[in-house]
Amino acid sequence: MRYQLIGVNHKSAPLELRERLAIPESRLPDVCRDLSTHPGIEEGMIISTCNRVELVTHTANGSADLRGFLHDHFHLTGEELDAHLYEFREKDAVRHVFRVASSLDSMVVGEAQILGQVKEAYATARAVGSVRSQLDQLFTRAFPVPKPVRSETAVGSSSVSIASVAVELAKKIFGTLQGKNVFIVGAGKMSELAARHLMAHGCASIFVANRTYDRAIGLAQKFNGQAIKFDDLYSNCDRADIVITSTGAPHAIFRREHGEQFLARRKNRPMFFIDIAVPRDVSPEMAKLDGIFAYDIDDLQQAVSSHVADRRKEAELAEAIITSEVERFEARLHTQDVVPTIVSLQDHLETIRQAEIDRVRGRMGPLTPDQEMAVEALTRGIINKVMHTPITTLKTAAREAEATTVIDVVRRLFNLREKGKGPASQANEESSGKKGAEAAPLNQSRSDGM
Amino acid sequence: MALLWLRFALACYFIGLIYAFFALRRTSDLFSRIALHAASLGMVFHFVSLVELFLSGHVVWASVHNGESLLAFFSMTFFMIIYAIYQTTAPGVVVFPIVFFLTFVAAVDQQPVLLTAFVQHKGWLIAHIILIFTGYAALVLSFGASLLYLLQERRLKAKKPSSLISFLPALEVIDQIGYRSLLLGFPFMTLGLITGSVVAMSTYGYVDFKDPKILLSILMWFVYMVMVFTRWNSGWRGRRAAVLATFAFVAAVVAWAANYFSTIHRFAAS
Repeated sequence: MRYQLIGVNHKSAPLELRERLAIPESRLPDVCRDLSTHPGIEEGMIISTCNRVELVTHTANGSADLRGFLHDHFHLTGEELDAHLYEFREKDAVRHVFRVASSLDSMVVGEAQILGQVKEAYATARAVGSVRSQLDQLFTRAFPVPKPVRSETAVGSSSVSIASVAVELAKKIFGTLQGKNVFIVGAGKMSELAARHLMAHGCASIFVANRTYDRAIGLAQKFNGQAIKFDDLYSNCDRADIVITSTGAPHAIFRREHGEQFLARRKNRPMFFIDIAVPRDVSPEMAKLDGIFAYDIDDLQQAVSSHVADRRKEAELAEAIITSEVERFEARLHTQDVVPTIVSLQDHLETIRQAEIDRVRGRMGPLTPDQEMAVEALTRGIINKVMHTPITTLKTAAREAEATTVIDVVRRLFNLREKGKGPASQANEESSGKKGAEAAPLNQSRSDGM
Repeated sequence: MALLWLRFALACYFIGLIYAFFALRRTSDLFSRIALHAASLGMVFHFVSLVELFLSGHVVWASVHNGESLLAFFSMTFFMIIYAIYQTTAPGVVVFPIVFFLTFVAAVDQQPVLLTAFVQHKGWLIAHIILIFTGYAALVLSFGASLLYLLQERRLKAKKPSSLISFLPALEVIDQIGYRSLLLGFPFMTLGLITGSVVAMSTYGYVDFKDPKILLSILMWFVYMVMVFTRWNSGWRGRRAAVLATFAFVAAVVAWAANYFSTIHRFAAS
């Protein structure tokens, strides 16, 4: 289990830094490829969302220089970056991946979106071949974890989410949302969710602008809204009281001069910008204007965090589930190590048993069905009793660090070879063939006797 | 007796005053309910005091202190109307201290300062007083609302999580309270000034525009008009509206204070 993970998230790093680390979707495959060819790394994938950038890897020796990769790739110095990084290895890395997938590490604990984002990251990395057997195992195990977390705890059930916080804030500004207009800039899952919440609280109509006009139309249709060409964004934006913006633009698209225009046209009626884009879409200068209320993803986080305390208890329950899932995963990994040994041990003893029965038959001639049954039961019984302790010991050892030692000892004691190579398995095939040939007359005599 | 009732009212308003001091720091439903009930009780005493004053026959409505008492009562009435519409006691933060101050002055110092020694048209005078005090009360509320607006705006801009649980009503609601008070107060103020001029005309035969009281009243009315206009025309709110409202409020206070100087005609020099 040589998993190694490094990253920043909304708790460890300020938005400014995350903005610099964010990897656009289009570049993700290339960066994954770079990562998996970095010295010491066997497999690698990258989770890059607005709240986190994480490298998840399986390394050759358990300690690859992931920091170096980040420094080189983002042209950042150690001083700028290192204080904000967290790094996990082995079991801790597994735990972290499980927590992320289950949304326990999210800004809004319990939100479901992160799982989709992790799955996308996994699919991207798999497509370029930077995820193979090891990370595959980890993530196929990680994806079902959120289910019990959500169904057995109340972590996700609370209505608190970015979207509902946005609604609360909008109500603090506008009082009632009846008759207010919403503008979605950049059609995304998150903005769609926020818009849905706002509409549910009485917002009147919705406008959608997107770089790809077709997507704007698609989303607008969902809400019976109106699609706006991206070029007409600025001339239409003042019609909305609430703007949800989440474009992938590298720079702020709403600047101070835009804000001034909007306010002049609106006779200074306030506007609420929900900026869930990283990098931010609303410039800090514009946010300073009287009558413009802009909340970026970190501000929403702050607002959310006041609710988080209420759910600490549920989070503890969820953590317990994660812990048991991590242990199960670990056990499974180790069990996979001992399984070949157990199989060859069983094969080995079965071969001996068959050989001994054949010898007895050779000396005593054909046996009666009753005798045949008795011999069969006797030999199997002995074998099972003898094998019981070594197998249990192997399985127990699988969960502990000494697994390799025990496996080694058992193999040496019973003179087992690697699967498929040992003389035992060949002998097994021969003997089973023999057994089949002899089985028919035996059965015959048995039915005669009855 | 009227004075005694007024002092009871003052005691009740005192609770409102305490509420005003603590409301910004701590939100408590219970406390705001207590303050509301105390204020209502205070209004009852206050009303009794005013009625008794009126029935006693030798009422001098134009006495400064009776005027202060009346203004306090009108302000409370406005506050209650707003509470009935918006279910918020937040304007109390500003209104309670002002009402307390006015009632305090009226209840403690009872030497009437007479504005007009001799009035011919008593009806006009009463109309003048009621109209102008309604205007003043509306101004007090509007001023209070603009301060609350600033406060709420700052909280929302500061992005503290506490802004979500603050007791202040939504920004647009505060804005509406301020604007509606302003709109409502303006005609009262205007009519009040007109009736005042009528009274002055009938008493002295002319309106002395150099008198500080009249000058300041006109200034106050002018600021008031600018406020209504900017608000209506370009939707000024927030900081700019608050500055204007403060200005109008100060002008109103000064115009009010001019009552003390008007008879000696020296205020104009300063």
